[in-house]
Amino acid sequence: MSEQRGMVEKRGLGHWLTHLGLIIGVLFIFFPIWLAFVASTVTQPEIVRPPMPLLPGDQFFENYSKALLSGVNAPVAMMMLNSLIMALGITIGKIVISLTSAFAIVYFRFPGRTVFFWLIFLTLMLPVEVRIVPTYEVIANFGMLNSYSGLIFPLIASATATFLFRQFFLTVPDELTEAARVDGASPMQFFWHILLPMSRTNIAALFVILFIYGWNQYLWPLLITTDPSMNTIVMGIRQMFPSGDDLADWPVIMATSILAMVPPVIVVISMQKLFIRGLVDSEK
Amino acid sequence: MEKRVIFKGWMLPALLLLPQIVITAIFFFYPAGQAIWQSMFVPDPFGLKTQFVGLGNFEYLLGDPYYRASFVTTAIFSGLVTVVSMGVALYLAILADRLIKGSGTYRTLLIWPYAVAPAVAGVLWMFMFNTRVGVVAWYLGLLGYDWNHVLNEAEAMGLVVVASSWGRISYNFLFFLAGLQAIPRSVIEAAAIDGAKFWTRFRTIVWPLLSPTTFFLLVVNVVYAFFETFGVIHTITAGGPQQATTILVYKVYSDGFVGQDLGSSAAQSVILLVLVGLLTVIQFKFIERRVHY
Amino acid sequence: MATLTLDNVRKSFGATDVIHGVDIDVQDGEFIVIVGPSGCGKSTLLRMVAGLEGITSGEIRIDEKRVNEAEPMERNIAMVFQNYALYPHMSVFDNMAYGLKIAKTPKDEIAARVAVAAKLLQLEPYLQRKPRELSGGQRQRVAMGRAIVRKPAVFLFDEPLSNLDAKLRVQMRLEIKQLQRELGVTSLYVTHDQVEAMTLADRMIVMNAGVADQIGKPLEVYENPQTEFVAGFIGSPATNFMPAGSIGVNVGKTVGIRPEHIKLTDSPTRLQARVAYCEALGAETLVHLRLPHGQLITVRQGGHLPLPSEGTDLWLGWDDAAMMVFGEDGKRI
Repeated sequence: MSEQRGMVEKRGLGHWLTHLGLIIGVLFIFFPIWLAFVASTVTQPEIVRPPMPLLPGDQFFENYSKALLSGVNAPVAMMMLNSLIMALGITIGKIVISLTSAFAIVYFRFPGRTVFFWLIFLTLMLPVEVRIVPTYEVIANFGMLNSYSGLIFPLIASATATFLFRQFFLTVPDELTEAARVDGASPMQFFWHILLPMSRTNIAALFVILFIYGWNQYLWPLLITTDPSMNTIVMGIRQMFPSGDDLADWPVIMATSILAMVPPVIVVISMQKLFIRGLVDSEK
Repeated sequence: MEKRVIFKGWMLPALLLLPQIVITAIFFFYPAGQAIWQSMFVPDPFGLKTQFVGLGNFEYLLGDPYYRASFVTTAIFSGLVTVVSMGVALYLAILADRLIKGSGTYRTLLIWPYAVAPAVAGVLWMFMFNTRVGVVAWYLGLLGYDWNHVLNEAEAMGLVVVASSWGRISYNFLFFLAGLQAIPRSVIEAAAIDGAKFWTRFRTIVWPLLSPTTFFLLVVNVVYAFFETFGVIHTITAGGPQQATTILVYKVYSDGFVGQDLGSSAAQSVILLVLVGLLTVIQFKFIERRVHY
Repeated sequence: MATLTLDNVRKSFGATDVIHGVDIDVQDGEFIVIVGPSGCGKSTLLRMVAGLEGITSGEIRIDEKRVNEAEPMERNIAMVFQNYALYPHMSVFDNMAYGLKIAKTPKDEIAARVAVAAKLLQLEPYLQRKPRELSGGQRQRVAMGRAIVRKPAVFLFDEPLSNLDAKLRVQMRLEIKQLQRELGVTSLYVTHDQVEAMTLADRMIVMNAGVADQIGKPLEVYENPQTEFVAGFIGSPATNFMPAGSIGVNVGKTVGIRPEHIKLTDSPTRLQARVAYCEALGAETLVHLRLPHGQLITVRQGGHLPLPSEGTDLWLGWDDAAMMVFGEDGKRI
């Protein structure tokens, strides 16, 4: 297929202009990150006396170790750990409850099944941003402020993954289920031995998407983690800016910004195929 | 669509559903119900009691010039974000689609900003345009342009739009490229043999065939601009200057948490809820259509 | 080894009856083929025997034991599915062993039984492969192997060959027949392909719209169809049907004559018809003729006979014994 692409256009000037256009696009995408990286390797005075340098300096280890070990309000290493726990909690929690409930909805008939389906389906429509105040109150009443469960549970309460697994289960041939029944498998044996192994690509794709979703959460952690030791890295960056007119510690802040994007970027790049599949699946 | 083979019993499915039902009930339906309930009350001046006002909060909101301004701001903001991010992405996707080799490499180079959190994107752009240390702002100054998004409303809006669009380009690029690559080569070659030049081919063949993707992205990007850009706005402008970048979601937050006006914030939530509902319905209508395509 | 009895078995979905009371007695070790057009209820019937569909009324007995309410596994049956239904993520060995593992069969016995089945089916080199690495015929054999290792009382086959290409179908047909003979397991086989039915069956059941029209040995059914439907469905090319009155038969409504029972002559016999076109297949020739009122009649004759040229008028003749007369209700008179 790819061999034939572009047959219509002749190679020549147009070909190089195409590359040029794409390279400009790539540079536009990279530039802010490059600047942040440069800023994370120079000293504060180099930044505050504009223009800052456009090539990396020699303060890489100093700035990153300062960020990781002491940070501004809390060590960034701790914030990264919090982010990791939150992201994994959201990812695993959502996948687990979605798998079981999609299995129940697709493979069983029970009273109220349709009602349950639509109730779950409704949650597709409402991002957490829309119900922040009452959700905050619920978390506060449960004493879950500044806790991992408070960070995780409200973000699990959405049906995107359930819907996705339902769609996938519906494409699993009926004959496989029948074969399993003839083989004497109970519903849960069918689930463990056949349905789960068959879903592993979907699970992995969803894992990538949900991990990024969880890691990049901002508003919710901003609301419920008042204790710096519970801050996640994405919301923690904003907390590093001093209030008032004080000068921000730019090298440390930029090092933190880079650290905040490293895990999800690694996930996207290293699992590109799964990531694309997950995106396409979850939007279908 | 239904399964032919069905397992018997109701205990097991009930158990399997229980976790999702419990979590959804506590952290979704209860708060959503609360939002609707609270939207009909106002607290008394001492914050001790609340008083039922029915649709009063909504009436007040619709008459409130700040809220109406926020609506306009949201419309401008999401319109611009959608157009900018989709326009750049489409341009890059068309270029990448023309390549015989290497479109995969460009894809790898272009998609990963998707992984950058909007809030982090906000910090990056704020740093570039920072009035004190921002390198872009400084070079603009050299050119004689005095950049100050802290004071200038248009510049503030421009900055949050670019920062919000920046990470979104990846996502749109991916879908546009997939959409373009799904167009059968033979159709385009047939048009080329008919003598259609690139632009004519694009206008008469590629663009119509791409329209399902375009429409889908349109809806998805509007939803993104509505809700997921909170981080960008909070980090760059905090809604300012003079509320010039206060989009609806930001106002729910600032009225509810900063202003502590729960009734108004709840009423705003309900309005947003209706808006998302509409968008979702549009999206599903569209998906149905696409299935029948 | 077991017998299988269907006693006035019915199935309805709401108000729609799909199976209208079927009675079958399958002897121990017998190979029964259910044949019929798609939608006639043959697969539903098989799935009812398997326990995958409920039974509205009537009784199914395996070895004289009522199994209406039993789970598929408890019925001691094995089933070969149309699309093989192999578990895609399991190796050939695991696919065959899965049912035994569920039944908590000791490991060494599982290995032994799979080994025997694999040998029988020539699957030994492929035991560690995944289904997607196998050809269609090999997948088919794995599906058979999965059924064999269970040592079931009854084999159920749901159009197992319909996904194979023509050549492989013939080969697998022979293999299935041979295997069934060797193992002597009572078998119920569903197909829409009458050639499969004719070649495989000890007895075959022709189903039409939820009713078993005829049960009998293949040649008996072919030579002596009990209904107009059976006469038309079994045999290729299909039986020629003519209104009884048009050929001077005074009883019944329709007369069926098989293509091979009509002789073409130049001299006047029963009916005159014009040759429309001929299909020379080598060993035999199919001559299609048009009657004066437009109906097409097919005649099968030996390939050694001279080819009639198109457009010539010929006479059709047949023996009285070749006429199959059917009444208003489609039943044989």
